[in-house]
Amino acid sequence: MKQLSPAARARYFRRQLVDRVMSGLCMLAAVIGLILLGLILWMLFSNGIGGLSLSVFTNSMAQPGAGGGLANAIVGSLIQVGLGAMIGAPLGMMVGIYLSEVGKESRFASVVRFVNDILLSAPSVLIGLFVYQIAVAPMGGFSGLAGALSLALIAMPIVARTTEDILRLVPQAYRDGAVALGSRENEVVRKVVVPAAFSGILTGVMLAVARIAGETAPLLFTSLGNTNWSTDLTQPMASLPIAIYRYAGSPYGEWVSLAWTGAMLITVGVLVLNILSRFSHAAVAGRMKG
Amino acid sequence: MTTPVAHRPLTAGRRLHIGDTAFRISLFAAGAVVIVVLLSILTIMFVGGKQAFDTFGLGFISGTEWNPVTQIYGALPAITGTLLTAVLALLIAWPIGFGIAFFLTETCPERLRGPLGVAVELLAAVPSIVYGMWGFFVLAPFMAEYVQPWLTATFLWIPPIPDTFYWFTAPPIGVGLITASLVLAIMILPFIAATTRDVLQSTPQLLKDGAYAMGATRWEALTGVVIPAVRGSLFGAVFLGLGRALGETMAVVFVIGNAIRMPDSLMAPSATIASVVANSFPEAEPGTLDLAVLLALGFILFVVSFGVLAIARVLLRQERMS
Amino acid sequence: MSVMTQKASDTTGAAAPVVRETARQTRGAPLGAPAVTPTAPIAATIRISVQDINAFYGEKQALFGVNLEVPDNAITAFIGASGCGKSTLLRCLNRMNDTIPGARVEGRILMDGADINAADIDPVQVRTRIGMVFQKPNPFPISIYENIAFGARTHKLAATKAELDDIVERSLRRAALWDEVKDRLGKPGLGLSGGQQQRLVIARALAVSPAVILMDEPCSALDPIATAHIEALLEDLRKHTCIVIVTHSMAQAARVSQITAFFHMGELIESGPTDQIFTMPKVDQTQNYITGRFG
Repeated sequence: MKQLSPAARARYFRRQLVDRVMSGLCMLAAVIGLILLGLILWMLFSNGIGGLSLSVFTNSMAQPGAGGGLANAIVGSLIQVGLGAMIGAPLGMMVGIYLSEVGKESRFASVVRFVNDILLSAPSVLIGLFVYQIAVAPMGGFSGLAGALSLALIAMPIVARTTEDILRLVPQAYRDGAVALGSRENEVVRKVVVPAAFSGILTGVMLAVARIAGETAPLLFTSLGNTNWSTDLTQPMASLPIAIYRYAGSPYGEWVSLAWTGAMLITVGVLVLNILSRFSHAAVAGRMKG
Repeated sequence: MTTPVAHRPLTAGRRLHIGDTAFRISLFAAGAVVIVVLLSILTIMFVGGKQAFDTFGLGFISGTEWNPVTQIYGALPAITGTLLTAVLALLIAWPIGFGIAFFLTETCPERLRGPLGVAVELLAAVPSIVYGMWGFFVLAPFMAEYVQPWLTATFLWIPPIPDTFYWFTAPPIGVGLITASLVLAIMILPFIAATTRDVLQSTPQLLKDGAYAMGATRWEALTGVVIPAVRGSLFGAVFLGLGRALGETMAVVFVIGNAIRMPDSLMAPSATIASVVANSFPEAEPGTLDLAVLLALGFILFVVSFGVLAIARVLLRQERMS
Repeated sequence: MSVMTQKASDTTGAAAPVVRETARQTRGAPLGAPAVTPTAPIAATIRISVQDINAFYGEKQALFGVNLEVPDNAITAFIGASGCGKSTLLRCLNRMNDTIPGARVEGRILMDGADINAADIDPVQVRTRIGMVFQKPNPFPISIYENIAFGARTHKLAATKAELDDIVERSLRRAALWDEVKDRLGKPGLGLSGGQQQRLVIARALAVSPAVILMDEPCSALDPIATAHIEALLEDLRKHTCIVIVTHSMAQAARVSQITAFFHMGELIESGPTDQIFTMPKVDQTQNYITGRFG
């Protein structure tokens, strides 16, 4: 090989240096970022684990010193998230099926897809304000139902998006095969396409549930929160995020500790749902690609 | 051996089959719901906030005073706080997020790539209230104790705008604009890192190989080939992050200080539209100007977010097409 | 359901088969294909009549004025280079092109005298009578049994579980797959080998008792042994059905078909008895293609 001239060697050295330095900075950024995020999780667990006891799950919220727990908030969250998913998920699935199987690249479908993407990241506080105006104010009071409705509006676009994405992975050969057997459009979709992707669609629902389980802002305007045990959907209903919000801002150490515990519980739940959906999604996508 | 072939006549069903028609109509209706929801939000916010717009006119947006007692409401402090925190958060989060993304796609050891990528995505799913709590209990005291005094001392040389803006000179109370920006930055960091990584990964390996074949270093391949190829999507990811930061409530409300006045420094307690809406809502009775003002604020936030997110989607979609 | 009681417009077996040719010993084997002596004679009954078909995908015209008659109880092979329109015509025959956005078909395709492109025709009924097998085996991601039962359920061909079981078994037997899968009917269809999967989807098509089966390069994804299985099956099936097969392999066309149609650039260049096409084609283009001097 020819000897490089000194100028060329210097240039080569400089280019290598830039590459090393920039790569190093990126790695540093990654390390800092991940440490920071790790720190937050560690703080969450170290502060939350101490308050964890059976009474958290068995007792309702109570005055400081009365040995209160978060039972009513946990149940309230389960009810509202469950109901929200039951309303939002089917609607979202239908939107996703529409986009992937019927609307495709038509103009209306493009608009729906665009608007859905906007709703997907719209500020959730505004969803809360919106539901307050259309449901809480006219009906004359905060209610668990209104809370579930606001969560449904947040879940819908998530499910719509994931459903469309997974249905697009379904091989065209399945549709062709069903059509060639004389299946009608609705049969092709209901009996072949959707069943083939169903576990993938459920993955999207799980992600949506994970997302709405941690939503706090919309509930401030809809179900308000409740310190007492209540499963009445027409009355204000407690929820874990709201309980955390109220307790974290309180001057009582016991309440603050409960807030950490609650935050830890939600985070664990959300992370578990995410991990499960990730596994399931990988399995489904792998199967589709054969 | 053969089955008797007995088929219905070819004209047995018509093009407008009832099952298919009902199927299409119901799906079309679901699609329409999406659009109806968006339009309803816009309409409800606007109609509900009309009283505020009527009372203050354009002055609502430019007004700097916010006084529930005298019923004088100006949105500028909240708008300023929203934009400042969001932009600052982005300025902090983007370089780090991009670094993480580059690290994950290029320099990270193969074995760590998967787990670290998943970790980043999982962190993007942590509820924002957790970030808010951490900011309130951990970051704010730390800022007051160490960071803010240091910032004040270090940046004393920046000339202040007298009576208006004093940059980093302010009492170190922990909560305020800069703390809120930091919490927001940390919250959107995994999100930006994950989106940027997806964008970087979408570049065809062929393109990079072409650059490597010409003797380019990894960094040169990135700046010379990859970034030009996906510039639009990269900006799209930034705007998506901005959209998140603008409308975030729970990560901000704990650490912003909730002072609805024009900030006179980067460390001053302030407020964002989302934090004002969440904080002032309990005192706002239906039918009052107080509630109309919040709905008007909501309308402004929605329009701004809509714009930012629309830009993000257009930028992200461009490359998906080509 | 009254499905079984309705008058069949099918004429299989009704018309007396007219023997057009009995032996094909005159056929040469230009590609080294083994000469097969067909056991069943070709019926003169014309099952499908293609009349002046033009097909378009958006702006692009894929077929130019194609006329062709497809006889019953015979295998008709479509041959020609990639993009010559042979698959397009195949997809016209069962109106699969309806599912492609921007696809348009002009002209008449008569099946047993009825124009399947007419406005009052339900494409679903057309496809019910004309089965299709695709290039790559495409079993649904459900069990072997459910794959076969799919069409029967869709068209409510069985009133009882026993009837359905019967349809499944008969279809699998006709597709020469029964012995291989009878002990694992509940297992996923995708777990079978490629050749078995292709026979599975043939059985799935047979379960609806189609009068015609269209095959779009059914062996192109299979190894020689699996291909031989399918070809043997085709010879058996044609006794009761009309089969149209698109193939890239001239050897396969020569082996299995009685009628061959050669396409080039969207036009039907020549069609006729397979041995005539392969030994003394009337058109030079055909001659060039089958002898490999094409292009």
